[in-house]
Amino acid sequence: MPVFARAQLRRQRINFALFLGPALVLLFLFFVAPIVIDLFLAFTDMGRTLAVGKFTLENFERMFTRDTRLLGALGVTFIFVLATLGIFNVTFALLLALVTTAVPPRLGAFFRAVWLLPRMSPSVVYALLWLWVADPNERGLLNQIVMHVFDMPPIDLRNNHPLLVIILANGFIGASLGMLIFTSAIRSIPEHLFHAARVDGAGSLAIVRYITLPALRWPISYMTIHQTLSLLVSFEYILLITGGGPFYDTTVFSLYAYRRAFESGEYAYGAALSLILVVIGVLAALALWRLMDMKQLLQQPRIEVH
Amino acid sequence: MARIELKNLRKEWGGAIAVAGIDLAIEDGAFVAVLGPSGCGKSTTLMMLAGIYRPTSGDITFDGARVNDVEARGRNVGIVFQSYALYPNMTVLENVMFPLRFKTIERTEAERRSREVATLVRIDGLLDRRPGQLSGGQQQRVALARALVKRPHLLLLDEPLSNLDAGLRLTMRTEIRRIQRELGVTTILVTHDQVEATTMADRVVVMNSGRVEQQGTAEDLYERPATLFVASFVGSPPINLFDGHAAGGMLSVNEARLPLADPVQGAVVLGLRPESLRVNGSGDSGRTISRISAVEPMGREVLYTADSAFGVIRFLEAGAEPRHRESDDVPLGFPPASALLFDKDSGRRLDARVAA
Repeated sequence: MPVFARAQLRRQRINFALFLGPALVLLFLFFVAPIVIDLFLAFTDMGRTLAVGKFTLENFERMFTRDTRLLGALGVTFIFVLATLGIFNVTFALLLALVTTAVPPRLGAFFRAVWLLPRMSPSVVYALLWLWVADPNERGLLNQIVMHVFDMPPIDLRNNHPLLVIILANGFIGASLGMLIFTSAIRSIPEHLFHAARVDGAGSLAIVRYITLPALRWPISYMTIHQTLSLLVSFEYILLITGGGPFYDTTVFSLYAYRRAFESGEYAYGAALSLILVVIGVLAALALWRLMDMKQLLQQPRIEVH
Repeated sequence: MARIELKNLRKEWGGAIAVAGIDLAIEDGAFVAVLGPSGCGKSTTLMMLAGIYRPTSGDITFDGARVNDVEARGRNVGIVFQSYALYPNMTVLENVMFPLRFKTIERTEAERRSREVATLVRIDGLLDRRPGQLSGGQQQRVALARALVKRPHLLLLDEPLSNLDAGLRLTMRTEIRRIQRELGVTTILVTHDQVEATTMADRVVVMNSGRVEQQGTAEDLYERPATLFVASFVGSPPINLFDGHAAGGMLSVNEARLPLADPVQGAVVLGLRPESLRVNGSGDSGRTISRISAVEPMGREVLYTADSAFGVIRFLEAGAEPRHRESDDVPLGFPPASALLFDKDSGRRLDARVAA
């Protein structure tokens, strides 16, 4: 090999390490390594002492045969994901996007900014606000409204309807992402289409149905898949607002894994539960992918050019 | 079908004036072209007619009834946009049928009418395709069918040919004209292309900075332009314009002097069409020896650029073969009746003529 070509090859390798290296290290540290460690731990008996005594299938045997909480956690997760997604992250986000693009631009921007506020505040602060809103004594915001506007006795939302509280808390913050994506998708619809539809006789609702919604098909599909996965594994607000309680009433699967690992100190069992969550996530993503025909979105558009 | 009238129609966008008060009457069944450069307010006028923009002041009447406050969907107009604006998620048939969804028409009847219109614009073989699978010319026919299917009082065409290639443009010009004649629908075409305007429409309205400069037949605009703007906008290659000064029955333009047939005083602009200038014409005015600086054969004719006593001038000669070459000196003149004189300050054409 000539000297020149060898030097060039060397430089290519150095460049590769220089430019891709840092990203690869981070990728490995935070994405690959945890999965490997989790996979490893799931088949051990690691407990509070962090000592690995033996490799075993006990965790999985316990999960499928003896763990009476697991089914409950799965049910809570199902309701939580479905309701948050269905009511807020997609439907309400869509409504927000439609409304804020229909009103005068400044007003629309103002409302979108308001809905983005919780995303910008630290999650602990946001959770604290919800604690104040749902506070069971008569000074809670909700109770002030309930007592003074509706003349009813104070209610303890967190104790009596804990699932509702965590759905509301997650939904109010989750709607903003969909709102932003749907808004920009609506903005990218050529204005002539709206003009043409109006001249063709369509009213506002018909325009939403025949022009706007068809153009939002892919953003909606994408948001549904993305938010399903995101809600499956997120439990920070639940932990901060209800702590998974009362009892196990708001313990979703991911929080259940967390509680087993860090509250009970059963690290190996927590790892095994997380592994199952990963499997559930992958299956859900694949099912939704198939259901929404996302393959078609990622394919090259086949437009004949004459 | 309807008779359309615009009375002192104005449109302002927060202080910026888009349409500065125009008056226009369009007879039932007429085909009128609104011609002007971009930004002259022609498309804004069209959008006001369609009911998408609301006029700032003035009136729009359809058959004598004021429609200012009637929404787009209540006006029964059809519109074809420059971009065609076909609904991408619907097939051609669904696109064409779309306007009938909002009328109390049975589905079978709607489909029958849509197929009928599709046959009229010759897209009956494409009904199951989607807009993305059509060529530009086909998309345009679909847009035309969609505009016509509800039998509108008024058909609006917003630069409908500007996205088509030259050959197709010629075909569609004839096609649109044929369809308009067949249906007798009152039609307004907005365009910046003078050939499109003059070949398709019965009458051309020239607009500039929100105002109507002149309206008339193609011949009126060409032979008797009301203003400098019309003279320079209509005609290709454009008219030669020279600043001059008239005093004592003589017009001085640079080094040239022309006798005037009518009394004119002050700053005057002389307009000479490239096709009225000729070499060695008998009885010509303003004959000067001009040196040819560029020769551009254009097929049926040759365009010359020459340095004359008036200044740099362009003229056309018929015939494919150039008869003069660069650096030739030629006696260039024009029939006195063909010279146009304009008042420099107002831009209006003067009735005065150049003497023989």
